[in-house]
Amino acid sequence: MKGRIASTICIAALIFFAGYAALFIAPDEKTMHAIQRIFYFHLPSWIAMFVAFSVVFVANISYLASHKTKWDALGVAGAEAGVVCCTIGLATGPLWARPVWGIWWTWDARLTTTFILWLLYISYLLLRGLLDDPQKKATLSAVFGIFAFLDVPLVYVSNRLWRTQHPQPVILGGNGSGLDPTMSKVLLLCVVAVMGAMIIVLVDRYRLERLRHEFEELRLEVETRSVGPASILGKEST
Amino acid sequence: MTTTRAAAILLAKELRLEFRTRELLSATVVFALVIVVLFSFAFEPTAAESRRYGPGLLWIAFLFAGSLMLTPSFAREQGNDTLDALRMAPISPFAILFSKMVANFIFMSLVEVVLVPVFSVLYNVPFSGVAGRLILVLVLGTIGLTVTGTVFSAISSHARMRELLLPLLLLPILTPLLIGAVEATASLLVDQPALDLTWVAVLAGFDIVFLTASWLLCDYLIEE
Repeated sequence: MKGRIASTICIAALIFFAGYAALFIAPDEKTMHAIQRIFYFHLPSWIAMFVAFSVVFVANISYLASHKTKWDALGVAGAEAGVVCCTIGLATGPLWARPVWGIWWTWDARLTTTFILWLLYISYLLLRGLLDDPQKKATLSAVFGIFAFLDVPLVYVSNRLWRTQHPQPVILGGNGSGLDPTMSKVLLLCVVAVMGAMIIVLVDRYRLERLRHEFEELRLEVETRSVGPASILGKEST
Repeated sequence: MTTTRAAAILLAKELRLEFRTRELLSATVVFALVIVVLFSFAFEPTAAESRRYGPGLLWIAFLFAGSLMLTPSFAREQGNDTLDALRMAPISPFAILFSKMVANFIFMSLVEVVLVPVFSVLYNVPFSGVAGRLILVLVLGTIGLTVTGTVFSAISSHARMRELLLPLLLLPILTPLLIGAVEATASLLVDQPALDLTWVAVLAGFDIVFLTASWLLCDYLIEE
């Protein structure tokens, strides 16, 4: 518990400092000026999202291989953390695109892929909500999660072949790409901060799900002992 | 019993069950027809416009019709717990899944056989010169639709609100298939029709990826 509070405070401070660095320390961009600073949180949120969804994929496969509920808990935690990161990315993108491209949204390969990704993982969470039997929920949502993850490269490739407008990768994008050294330091700080925040959320959500599983097991145990929960409560109140 | 033989027997059962009443097929054909007719109010159905929007319209109609048609595929096994009986039989789970995939592929193909000529006449889109290549695109697209759709029908059959859930799960996954199928069909509607093989490759890739995935994961889909 102590470690959790300490790590949460650390990450909050890191986020605060990253925000300060992105706004005041990073140099001004030549053509886009202030609006470019949104990039310091836009890109990190995508990186965090990819990490979170990869966690979901690994958790789904591990669940099917082992049938241990902890993997199911990790899957749902990763999906929720990833959807949050994806929402941040989808919200910050149009804010930047409106002044720079002149439009809020365009059906470009990367934009479309992430939008579909967002829909897929929302459906994953919806599916979990609509399956009642815990074991069915874990198994079937894991199968769906694997299908969804396999779909992502296909969505990307098909959209890439179709139309693309998003800026080419600035980092590792071949000739003429690359960031100002101060910019890349600030970016690195932001990546660490956002990733830290994502991991905190993921771990907390994982713990919550584990507690829920435990609670369900205890409730079932009480019920099978033919002492209904209602009668226990009744005894306590008298 | 070999998987092929088991799948063949189960396929015969699926077909017999459907052709006894034909209710699923007739409802799906009418539904697809309704979509096609409704689209004529959403844009001006001149020859030039129809060539531009036609392929998309046709595939949207197939995808919507398919996502509705596929729900009963597993849901109808639940009435008398017949899936449990199938599971107890000494056959591989993939035989159960595969027979349903093939049956759904046949049903969907029949819907298309009715719908494509009707669409061609109503929207004044000539398909006659490119029939062979169009069939290739339709077959590849329908395989992708029925493979993923049958798997998701197995998933959604255990859920509440399954009729709504299946399209919700299925349609986003089908995005690459929709793009590939629409672009491939559109490449057949220009003045000098030439099938764009890039999109055929996208469709084939989609089919292979998801057929392999469902073969690998079918034990978990059909298990108790």
